[in-house]
Amino acid sequence: MLSRVADSIYWLNRYVERAENVARFVDVNINLLLDSPIAAQQWEPLVYTTGDQHFFQQHYGEPTADNVIQFLTFDRTYPNSIISCVTAARENARSVREIISSEMWEQINDFYFMVKDASQGPHLSALSDFFAKVKLASHLFAGVMDSTMSHNEGWHFGHIGRMLERADKTARILDVKYFILLPSVKDVGTPLDELQWIALLKSTSGYEMYRKCQHRITPQGIASFLILDREFPRSIQSCLIHAERSLHRITGGTPGIWRNPVERALGKLRAELDYITIEEINQQGLHEFLDQLEISLNDIGTKMFELFFALEPLR
Amino acid sequence: MNFDNYDPGDFYDELFLAKSQPRPDAVLLVERINSLTMEELMQRQKAAQQALFKLGATFNVYSDNQGTERILPFDIIPRIVSAADWRWLEQGLKQRIHALNLFLTDIYNEQKILKDGVIPENVISSSKGFLHPCLGLQPPKGIWCHISGIDLVRDRDGQWYVLEDNMRCPSGISYVLENRRVMKSTFPMVFNQMSILPVDDYPGQLLETLLNVAPSGLPDPTVAVLTPGMYNSAYFEHSFLAQQMGVELVEGRDLVVADGYLQMRTTKGLKRVDVLYRRIDDDFLDPLAFRPDSMLGIPGLMEVYKNGRLALANAPGTGVADDKVIYAYVPKMVKYYLGEDQIIPNVPTYLCWEEHDQKYVLENLDKLVVKAANESGGYGMLVGPHATPEQREDFAHRITANPRNYIAQPTLCLSRVPTLIDGAFEGCHVDLRPYILYGKDIYVSPGGFTRVALRRGSLVVNSSQGGGGKDTWVIAEGAQQ
Repeated sequence: MLSRVADSIYWLNRYVERAENVARFVDVNINLLLDSPIAAQQWEPLVYTTGDQHFFQQHYGEPTADNVIQFLTFDRTYPNSIISCVTAARENARSVREIISSEMWEQINDFYFMVKDASQGPHLSALSDFFAKVKLASHLFAGVMDSTMSHNEGWHFGHIGRMLERADKTARILDVKYFILLPSVKDVGTPLDELQWIALLKSTSGYEMYRKCQHRITPQGIASFLILDREFPRSIQSCLIHAERSLHRITGGTPGIWRNPVERALGKLRAELDYITIEEINQQGLHEFLDQLEISLNDIGTKMFELFFALEPLR
Repeated sequence: MNFDNYDPGDFYDELFLAKSQPRPDAVLLVERINSLTMEELMQRQKAAQQALFKLGATFNVYSDNQGTERILPFDIIPRIVSAADWRWLEQGLKQRIHALNLFLTDIYNEQKILKDGVIPENVISSSKGFLHPCLGLQPPKGIWCHISGIDLVRDRDGQWYVLEDNMRCPSGISYVLENRRVMKSTFPMVFNQMSILPVDDYPGQLLETLLNVAPSGLPDPTVAVLTPGMYNSAYFEHSFLAQQMGVELVEGRDLVVADGYLQMRTTKGLKRVDVLYRRIDDDFLDPLAFRPDSMLGIPGLMEVYKNGRLALANAPGTGVADDKVIYAYVPKMVKYYLGEDQIIPNVPTYLCWEEHDQKYVLENLDKLVVKAANESGGYGMLVGPHATPEQREDFAHRITANPRNYIAQPTLCLSRVPTLIDGAFEGCHVDLRPYILYGKDIYVSPGGFTRVALRRGSLVVNSSQGGGGKDTWVIAEGAQQ
């Protein structure tokens, strides 16, 4: 398939997934604050999750609720806000309309107009509903793509895009929450603490699934679940397994043997998570581990570009 | 009753013979519309427009940076063409395309028509669309204009005329197909009861037309549609046609000439392209052959084409036939090449470079429509009777400064079709653009795109000038209405 087209399908999926994850971050924070004393309300961690605190400080200054929500949701000048992601996803979809199914196009088009209309509506009060709609729209898109587009090369490029984006976002949210929630060992075990950990799980839709397999809420259990679980669809390892499977469908390669830099980088990372334990991760330090993981994920993205796309993408 | 107050007035109305008296082919439609309340009609109109918006049948509005998209305003009252009219039009269009194709072969090769003095040589050599790099070109199977759109109008007396030829990249066929799809859900019962010729086989016919000129000996030639990109106003159509034909949609940056072939960059390396349906103008095709500053083009493409390793549709150089001065010579071409009389007449045309004509034009600017020979989209045009004295003065200067670039025609009173505007029916002027494919045979898609001037009293139907679209229903031969 055309390199440009593969690239656009890849980014289409990344942007949809990114919008969904931003909605998750914000939604959970809003819910969490409803249970917290006013003084303990924090919006700053959300800015850290994006990694774009510099942009935020320049354009907004104080991390108030309104500022952070506006920044993450409707700011068209910030490239990773929900509205910017959905706009970019739609532009990419438009450039490959003849490749994707009409249903996918209609879904992304509806998604865009839903966000655009919301951006012109009243603020905050109606927003919780809005974030639920964003998540649903992203799920609908993934479902429509799954059931209306042939699982051909283009579909696999899209799937890789979604999986890499999701792995990256799960890593980020875990990293930031851990950092915020466990600044020192003596904070462990207070009641507020548990609420925060539950919120972290909920922002990945992982609370119920976690309870089924680990029962008790512990920081270590949560980290292990979100990094290493092979079955939970938002865990990093699960994303890597899926991405690698799609990659081999594209290249015709075999797991365990690499023939190009992407197969090597992705296979290496996946294998590392296959055999590492949460204790080993804690030994090197969770933050350091996640930091390294994000660098590896970026590197896989760069190698994807060099091997398959190597043409100016539409952003 | 919705149509009770509708008065076709002193115009040729495509649906009504006179007040409350629908044409025979329109009786069923008018009855059906009369059975609905105005609210229902307006709801259906709204639903139809929303459906088109949802399909993304939009064009970008360049003037604002908000990325605003609009659909072409769509009116749910169709235009009906009778079986007898269509039989005659189809014949006339085939004849015209046949003659124009022979003309293109001739002027880029032997130039017999010039040597025999039927068309003055300087008319050709001064035409913007005449491309010297195309001299001696022999396109595959002798076909130049694979896809054309010919604009037809009807005067007050119902007489059909050819208004202009579009042999470069005529757009609009996607509206025909999408409008029909929407209309079928707007008036399903009417479609059940009337015999309306379907339009859905256009993509299949287009694919056959393109495959017909593929280099021989290839078991499975690769066809691609070349678009300037998603910011082009006709991008929806490019992508729609590629999708409907199941072929690649490519941009200039996807293509490269390598090893003597045109190739596209894929995730698995370079892959040959054998037939290119290009939707960019000649000038931008190949910077080595035409405009050196073209960012859209593919260096070396013309060389591959001349070596017969690639087919282009339409062939480069066809733009000369869009020149409105050359249009005036089509009746002579038909006679010269086919020995026949032209079936569908031209609008009488005054050529400003001819002294006698120019004098008449300047004296009668208030009665005439003046057009620049190489403009399209309703630009560079003066509608004399509706213009201010200053505008007429301005055009008089332009004509005397550059007479070769202007023609003039009497102001026709275009036929009208009732159109739903603000909860009432108004007669609005229309034209018709049928699409013609030149493959193994010449094929005319039934009907075509009816453009409608939505500004009250306006005669300009171009989408860039406040025009909209209607579905066009051609009644099947021998149908009992």
